[in-house]
Amino acid sequence: MTNLSLELINLFAAILLMLAFAMLAQRRIVTLVHIYALQGLTVVCATSVVAYVTHQDHLYYSAALTLVLKVFLIPYILHRLIRRLDVRWDKETLLNIPSTMLIGIFLVIFAFNLALPISKLSTSVSPGTLGIALACMLLSFMMMITRSKAIPQVIGFLSIENALFFAATSATYGMPMVVELGIALDVLVGVFILGVFMFQIREQFESLDISNLENLKEE
Amino acid sequence: MSLMRVLSQGLATFLSLLLAPLFLGWVNQNRAWLQNRSGPGVLQPFRMLHKLFNKDSVMAQSASPLFRFAPYLVFACMVVATAIIPTLSTDLPLASAADAIALVGLFALARVFISLAAMDIGTAFGTLGARREMFVGFLAEPALLTILFCASLIAHSTALTTIVTNVGQRSFAIYPSLVFAGIAFIFVFLAENARVPIDNPSTHLELTMIHEALILEYSGRHLALLEWAASLKLFAYSTIGIALFLPWGISESGSPTHLIASIPVLLLKLALFGIVLALVETLFAKMRIFRVPEFLATSFLLGVIGMLTYILLGS
Amino acid sequence: MLNATVLDQVLWLVGCWLVVGVLGILALNKFALVARILFPIGGFIGLLLALVAGGALLHPSSIGRKLPLGLPQLLFHFRLDSLSAFFLLILAISAAGVSLFSAGYFRGGQGTAPGLLCVEFHFFLASMALVLIADDAYSFMVAWESMALTSYFLVTANHKLPKIRDAGFLYLLIAHVGAIALLLSFGILQANTGDYTFANIRLQDLSTFWASVAFLLAVFGFGAKAGIVPLHVWLPEAHPAAPSPVSALMSGVMLKMAIYGLLRVAFDLLRPHIWWWGVVLLVLGLVTALFGVVFATVQSDMKRLLAYSSIENIGLLFAAMGLGLLFRSYGMNSLAALALTACLYHVGAHAFFKSLLFLTTGSVLHATGERNLGKLGGLIRFMPWVAWLALIGALASSGLPPFSGFISEWLLLQSFLFTPGLPQPFLNMLIPVATASIALTAALAGYAMVKFFGVVFLGQPREPKLEEAHDAGLFEKIGMGWLALGCIALGLLPNLVLTFIDPVTSSLVGYGLARQAKASGWWLLTPTTFERASYGPLLFILGVIAAITFTFILVRILYHGRLRRSIPWGGGHPWGNSRMQDTAEGYGQPIRQVFEPFFHLDRHLPKPEDTAPEYSVVVSDKFWNGLYMPIVKGVQFISAQVGRLQQGRIAIYLLYSFLTLLFTLLMVPGAHR
Repeated sequence: MTNLSLELINLFAAILLMLAFAMLAQRRIVTLVHIYALQGLTVVCATSVVAYVTHQDHLYYSAALTLVLKVFLIPYILHRLIRRLDVRWDKETLLNIPSTMLIGIFLVIFAFNLALPISKLSTSVSPGTLGIALACMLLSFMMMITRSKAIPQVIGFLSIENALFFAATSATYGMPMVVELGIALDVLVGVFILGVFMFQIREQFESLDISNLENLKEE
Repeated sequence: MSLMRVLSQGLATFLSLLLAPLFLGWVNQNRAWLQNRSGPGVLQPFRMLHKLFNKDSVMAQSASPLFRFAPYLVFACMVVATAIIPTLSTDLPLASAADAIALVGLFALARVFISLAAMDIGTAFGTLGARREMFVGFLAEPALLTILFCASLIAHSTALTTIVTNVGQRSFAIYPSLVFAGIAFIFVFLAENARVPIDNPSTHLELTMIHEALILEYSGRHLALLEWAASLKLFAYSTIGIALFLPWGISESGSPTHLIASIPVLLLKLALFGIVLALVETLFAKMRIFRVPEFLATSFLLGVIGMLTYILLGS
Repeated sequence: MLNATVLDQVLWLVGCWLVVGVLGILALNKFALVARILFPIGGFIGLLLALVAGGALLHPSSIGRKLPLGLPQLLFHFRLDSLSAFFLLILAISAAGVSLFSAGYFRGGQGTAPGLLCVEFHFFLASMALVLIADDAYSFMVAWESMALTSYFLVTANHKLPKIRDAGFLYLLIAHVGAIALLLSFGILQANTGDYTFANIRLQDLSTFWASVAFLLAVFGFGAKAGIVPLHVWLPEAHPAAPSPVSALMSGVMLKMAIYGLLRVAFDLLRPHIWWWGVVLLVLGLVTALFGVVFATVQSDMKRLLAYSSIENIGLLFAAMGLGLLFRSYGMNSLAALALTACLYHVGAHAFFKSLLFLTTGSVLHATGERNLGKLGGLIRFMPWVAWLALIGALASSGLPPFSGFISEWLLLQSFLFTPGLPQPFLNMLIPVATASIALTAALAGYAMVKFFGVVFLGQPREPKLEEAHDAGLFEKIGMGWLALGCIALGLLPNLVLTFIDPVTSSLVGYGLARQAKASGWWLLTPTTFERASYGPLLFILGVIAAITFTFILVRILYHGRLRRSIPWGGGHPWGNSRMQDTAEGYGQPIRQVFEPFFHLDRHLPKPEDTAPEYSVVVSDKFWNGLYMPIVKGVQFISAQVGRLQQGRIAIYLLYSFLTLLFTLLMVPGAHR
């Protein structure tokens, strides 16, 4: 592994982390979708670099698949959903944004301390990238928690998947093609199902605010 | 300290003094072009300064000596700041007198004085401006510090000259922490120089203004000095950005000839920077003043994350 | 006296302070004698003490001495080493300034008689000096307690006001709770040997557990004195209550005694150094610093504002100390020396600028009778001396170059930037957060100081009576000027100051910075290497002054110097008046909004239909309701239960005594076995 490629992967990891924080700090749903697409693109680049360096050709295929799916198809579907549902803005987040980011910083520290012992088990794993992948996952989770609308939560869910994918390819240099195909299919199906759900929620409650779901509990 | 180095220092400072209004003019001209106006030309700031210097200075009866003294101090602070930042060369005598932290302190000193001067007359606008300026400052200042620290960690030094030589001139390397620092820097840059998403340099609307409210009571030569200082600040921040993120082409020797040789590169970088700035200002709308802390806190935390990434990734 | 050892000289001078105090009793109500003669003599003694302590630092030696005072088996041990000498120097310099100021400040007719005030004041100074040179736990505690008592009497100088009595009580209470913790800590430190001299304590090898308990007790005890969150509640009450010179001494000097004590225990007396001790101090310090400064920005009483600012500075000192301890525990002594230097530098810087600022509030208070920021303003026109001196203090306090506060913050940030060398990755990751919060604290301190100076001295007077304010008297000016000089000297001559700090860090961690710092020239401060960081305040200020002069001359030559005076423009509004300026509350409003979770807000907003609309907001501490009130309730509950034992009949009390006697007799054989 050359120095440059290692630096490149580190750079992509940092960009991924940056995008995770950007998602945390963003109120506009349309921008969230754009950030999600960018995240996909970063993962594609990172995967291609890994593929080039380790000469694993099947990683090229998975990069191409990710490109089609996460950079074009899913953002397109989400855009359509937004237009159809006419929800362009998220309401105020449940926690104000600087506090969310502050908690995010501590999550990053936590994730790294978690990744440190894991990366010691294997020589091929760099603690930095694994830690960042883990941190991105936690941050996306955090974003799901602090939002009150359904679509940002779906995006948060999807970006968790992105982070996991990044962990799989960049930190551990890939996994079998079959598994990747399976996950890709799962995500696609997940988006469709969630889309259908959102229409259902709106028909039931006239709004996409998931606080309505609180009424479903037993009185 | 040889005479040559003092001469170089003088040359570099003189150049900054001239380039600063020119750069402001260039940004405004670009903005005008982007907005389909023909614009006043890049030399407009000079004409304005000349006009203001010629006018009588009108001062409130209750103004204290602090009010008269502040413009000179603010201007001097900005001049020294541009002298500290390695604009053309990394080997100038004043650069060793102050490092990145002292530079931030210098900006803070200027900020405190202009805020105090604005409070001196005791009008509603002045105090409002002072409060807002300090309000922007208390977040922008630590944000700038964390950004500079990102680079300091890489270069193992807080001296700006060492940062430039280490980051830019030794070998090509990608620093992920600088990605964070760069984005945070753009935020701080816009806030500190009263540019569009935070403040609009071309209005006098009480709901939105910060910088204009501060200098509302000034006129004549004092106003000219403050305006010039503002353009110097813009220039200083741009050159900080260049020093941190695009440090290629800054001379390592302090001799006047090398200095002159590195001017074209600087001009090119500044010209590009000005276009980008104008583009940002045209594309974005001004945000509500209540959103400002969020904007700056984001920048501050990005700086922190940048430092964190450096420690995590080790680069 | 000149032939005596340095320690003897110090003891003599402390004795002189005591004598001056006693003389005050003889002239209880002779105000002129006390103020014009005794206080300046006290100040002069302070100057001599500063010379002696400075000399002791330049020729470091460690002399011990027993005094035949105290109990037969418990003699007072005294010793003067570099650490004591440094703090003694700070004490003496500040005391000189404050004493001179007091000569002009104290007037007859308020509360305590001037003579009594003189006794308390000088005994307070003497007991602080004794705290510093004490060499056994016994004399340390005696001096410590007399320091607390004398300062209590000084705080309640105006004891006719119930509010002041309450403040004094709170202060005394927390001081004593802290003192108990200290007593316990020393009890653990002597490790059952029964010998309380520091020399013996140094020899003890405590287990990690007991060492940690002793350390935590010391942190609690000294923290209570220093005002560490959540033990800070007495500070903002006691400082406004006390007369200004007393606030100046308490805030500028007495709080440092706690810092001294903790340095003594953590670096000198305790042998093992455990890394998490440093983390405890660091985190406590950072929380305190941020908390203090945020509260300082929203205060509307000028002395409370300064009190909260003191809390902030104490937090910074704790953080620096914690970092030093952290480095020390990993054996990185040169870095520990850097952090400690930052700490000690800030001790000096804060002592001078905070004393200066409190003194200026004293002058303002005298001239206007107002402490409330909402009723001040525009004083720079009526009391220019006080205003300009206050500006120096405020700038130093905001950590702006080229004043003293900047250098200590600079050194602190430098030492933080070295931390990536720490072996624990977890600590490494906390450091960026810590650095950032220091930067945030420094910036907020600037905000608070602009508020303080701007609202008190600038703008238009908010009350008509302010126009009759008079400037400070000669003694007051000299006292404040002396301290302002300290702020400037500490800012401009860092290398000179480092020669005084050097022996201290050498004795504590075995490493000094001074030689390295001067390596690139006496005017350039380079604590590590020239490439790493350098700061030349003289060159820096020279650049600024040159730029100002050139600009001024060039503007005059090329253009003109014409000036017209007129009424303020104010954006063209014709009806501007002084009530349209920002109030103190208005100035703090953005901070109140951003840091809302910190505060407990009591807000009264006017309704649209109100004919006499009123707006008020009271910011209070969450700790008071959240932590102290439950404790108060608990104590009251317990005392109510205990109260049941008191039946009021003699026979029952006799029964209690009898039972106690029986119980004790029962225990005796057990103790002998």
